[in-house]
Amino acid sequence: MSTAHEPTSFWSKYVFSTDHKTIGKQYLITAFAMALFGVTWSIFIRLQLAWPAAEWPLLGKILPNLYEGGFLAPEKYLSLVTMHGTIMIFFVVSFGLVSGFGNFIIPLQVGARDMAYPFLNMLSYWTIVPACLLMLFSFFVPDGAAVGGWTAYPPLSALQDAIPGSGMGQTLWLLAMALFIASFTMGSLNYVTTILNCRTRGMSMFRLPLTVWTLLISAILGILAFPALTAAAIMLLLDRHGGTSFFLPSGLVMSGQVLPYEGGTPLLFQHLFWFLGHPEVYVLVLPAVGIAFDVVATFGRRPVFGYRTSVWSLVVIAVLSMIVWGHHMFTSGMNPYLGEYFSIATVAITIPFAVLGMNLIASLWRAEIRLTTAMRFALGIVAAIGVGGLGGLWLGTASSDMYLHDSYFVVGHFHLMIGIVTGFGIFAGCYYWYPKMFGRHMSERLGTWHFWLTVAPVFVALISMHYLGLAGHLRRLYDPAVYDYAQPTQWMNVGISIALFIAAGAQVLFLVNFFGSLFRKERAAANPWEGATLEWTTPSPAPHLNWDTPPEVRRGPYEYRVPGAEDGYRTQIAPDAGTAQAT
Amino acid sequence: MSGQRQTVEIVALIVLFLGITTFTVVGYSAHDWLPPVASEHGVGVDGVIRYLVLTTGTILVIGTLAFVAFLWRYGRGRPTEAPQTSARSERWWTLVPVIGMALIAEAGVLLKGLPVWEQVYGDPPEGALVVDVMAQQFEWIVRYPGLDGTFGRTAPELIERVGNPAGLDASDPASVDDIVLRNQLHLAAGRPTVVRLQSRDVLHSFSVAAFRIKQDVVPGVVMRAQFVPTTPGRYEIACAEVCGMGHYEMGASVIVHPPAEYEVWLSDQTGVGQ
Amino acid sequence: MTGTLSDTLDRGRATDRQPGPYPIGLVGILVTVGMLFAAFTAAIAVRRGATDWVSIALPWIVWINTLILVLSSGTVVGAVRAVRLGRMAAAPWWLAAALALGTTFLVGQVVAWMNLTAQEVVLATGPYAAFFYLLSAVHGAHVVGGLAALAWTRRRAVRGAYGPERHGGLRHAAIYWHFVGGVWVYLLVLLSVL
Repeated sequence: MSTAHEPTSFWSKYVFSTDHKTIGKQYLITAFAMALFGVTWSIFIRLQLAWPAAEWPLLGKILPNLYEGGFLAPEKYLSLVTMHGTIMIFFVVSFGLVSGFGNFIIPLQVGARDMAYPFLNMLSYWTIVPACLLMLFSFFVPDGAAVGGWTAYPPLSALQDAIPGSGMGQTLWLLAMALFIASFTMGSLNYVTTILNCRTRGMSMFRLPLTVWTLLISAILGILAFPALTAAAIMLLLDRHGGTSFFLPSGLVMSGQVLPYEGGTPLLFQHLFWFLGHPEVYVLVLPAVGIAFDVVATFGRRPVFGYRTSVWSLVVIAVLSMIVWGHHMFTSGMNPYLGEYFSIATVAITIPFAVLGMNLIASLWRAEIRLTTAMRFALGIVAAIGVGGLGGLWLGTASSDMYLHDSYFVVGHFHLMIGIVTGFGIFAGCYYWYPKMFGRHMSERLGTWHFWLTVAPVFVALISMHYLGLAGHLRRLYDPAVYDYAQPTQWMNVGISIALFIAAGAQVLFLVNFFGSLFRKERAAANPWEGATLEWTTPSPAPHLNWDTPPEVRRGPYEYRVPGAEDGYRTQIAPDAGTAQAT
Repeated sequence: MSGQRQTVEIVALIVLFLGITTFTVVGYSAHDWLPPVASEHGVGVDGVIRYLVLTTGTILVIGTLAFVAFLWRYGRGRPTEAPQTSARSERWWTLVPVIGMALIAEAGVLLKGLPVWEQVYGDPPEGALVVDVMAQQFEWIVRYPGLDGTFGRTAPELIERVGNPAGLDASDPASVDDIVLRNQLHLAAGRPTVVRLQSRDVLHSFSVAAFRIKQDVVPGVVMRAQFVPTTPGRYEIACAEVCGMGHYEMGASVIVHPPAEYEVWLSDQTGVGQ
Repeated sequence: MTGTLSDTLDRGRATDRQPGPYPIGLVGILVTVGMLFAAFTAAIAVRRGATDWVSIALPWIVWINTLILVLSSGTVVGAVRAVRLGRMAAAPWWLAAALALGTTFLVGQVVAWMNLTAQEVVLATGPYAAFFYLLSAVHGAHVVGGLAALAWTRRRAVRGAYGPERHGGLRHAAIYWHFVGGVWVYLLVLLSVL
């Protein structure tokens, strides 16, 4: 691979490319494209939640299928909820954060010329293209897209008569997810192999930037956890189309007919689903934390506080995340003793997470902060981890989850963690690595506006959702004000919606900035941020095969303002200034 | 960015982060968000929530104060002495979050949470009122055993939406005096209650905000929701697990009577076969 | 223990020599495929507790198929041995035998399905039949992958790409093939013995 010539044709350079940098950008841009759908659907959801009975004649004209006669039908609302969740989790955050930055940055930060398996890498990207198309196409099949929630719990998702969207739409959903899993597994194999095997000379594991560590943990979790969803999806498909009863018990009645299923249990699906589902949230959250560490170190001009304890915390989080899936099922009818075990193990995850949080904050101690947009978003990540992570304790404690489960508290919590932490991770990564990707800078001015117009509304909205949950508002309700006890707080839904519309609108600034900056004349320097990690030792944009000669690493990733660093920092390859080898 | 502009924005960030924490902490304490509690274990659930407000609120405040203090001190573009921490001292520092979180999190689960969990999932007390509730798209069919104290046999093939929503077998003598109601559950204040939950179609979830209870109803299994209603009044049952198009309006009433009134109400009911 | 592990993680790479990326990738594949069948195992464990779990006598050809698969592992061992001992000309023959046996296994599995269907045991008959069809199909898909890997190594062997010291690809394809064979034996034990 290291002898490969740079491809010259348009197709091999930009489309069917095996270059990790191109594939990373392809993933990132695909994530933006999918986010356009996911965010637009969330706007429709918020319209419905704020003004449940309102008629939208204009939307009825523009989207006659969705807004028939100006109204959003309940099953259309549920399909929006389902598809918003699915798209944002798997097709935006996974693509943008894990696959986008994973592909782009891993070889650059470990000193490799490309991924371990470049062809597999290309294959993994081109597997998600049909997955995206299938997902989007499912809106146009008879009876519409899947409606069972992103969790697709049977029997609702298994019985075609239970609700219109459980027809063809659910089948396409399952097939698209199967393609997604196949692609993600290929990507994960590549990450693990590249990080463990393709590091350059001198790059020990404890000299890896924390972004790489988080991506490694994330990939290992993906390899271990995703097969459970594959198994569940195959069995659900067979229950739907093959007449089996893996998840369907006897005595089901649908339209007055007793269905012929026997012996299955819906809880089995939930166990398999959450065996994936919970590690999945760490797959998404951890890389954002890693990016936050890298960005805070570069723009705080000091070494990360507690590099090693952070690494061990990541490992502990990974191990614990595999054995706590049941906390999504406290109210599902699981054995109560098992429930208590899951609760004890779950809240234990807050311990290593608190270490990460403290290390992030302590990394600002005696810093010399340079306030760039990447840094702003990294600081936003710290705040979101604080509020969101502590809220997790409320849900992990089984006795309070008994009340809060499936309420807006949950919605607020997971949007903070896998919406804001990860979203800010993507933004911080974009502003930070844009010069390395495209050889230009994104506009800091637009970036400042983007940050402020995003951060204030999302925190107000998502924290308010926690309150709604405490007040008893349930998630996935077509009309949240249908219950008397929910009516006094319904006005908050209006406020939340307006705040989120502002935040959604602010993302236009980001897209304009991202794509507009491609055409800026001013070129970025090789190391515009004075970063110490390896990607900054090669020109911007990074050339084909990344380096003329593979760099030799001499020290850790965060040597800012350390003794002996004349320029205020030393890159990982900088020669020692006559001193003994630093650790 | 010039030093002055950065100072202005650092101040703005400090205001933002202090604002987020204030909004969170003050928001929780300034208003009683929880609906009035009306069950025995519900008081315990509220206790757990209060404990969490206090502990997680404290951590949030301490964390935020350190965060904004660093931003203020080190964010205004002034040169600072470089930090000199060893891996060893950093390891010692991790003991702070480790011990702190371990105590707070596990004490919450074990000391505050476990007794409440036991109240809900422990063995039901003798003489508890047992009610059978069947969830189906999109209504709650409530059934009392009647005078004989025995539930009649039911079968899925006997279910008729209008005539026989519970699917009662008329040939079973025990079913004659069974009382079947639609979307209303009557209970006696102070009397331990066990709601036997069943579903014939998809997942539902039996949730009563005032009772602080949420129990999924899983087809194929008989689930149990166990609580002691304390305050007479009318409350709402809501389906909390997405179950189809009508999920959002799958509500019902719980009427908690004073004990004597409940007996009167019960004696006024007639069984399905009477 | 953390001490030694820490030391390992601290150690820089001593040389420029890049070990082939395959061992870790192969381990990753084995782990993820293993987890898939572990998930199915969990499903069986849960599902066989239900009252409708009734074992069905599997067609006798399943046992012959199993024997064929075990034999094919033997021929793969032969191929690796041949390469290691420098008998390059023998390796493609061993691999051809493995490919033939592997393909026969797949054909045999389809015959087993046809036998079952003829006895009116279909997917919807009951959980046992459902799991048999499901697991043999998923396993079959992994066998197809293994056959592709063996075919690729055979092509390399024919072209003389391997040497006694240099046959990583063949060794890894062989490990995968043994693993897939082992999975089948495991599944059969799970379904018919336990």
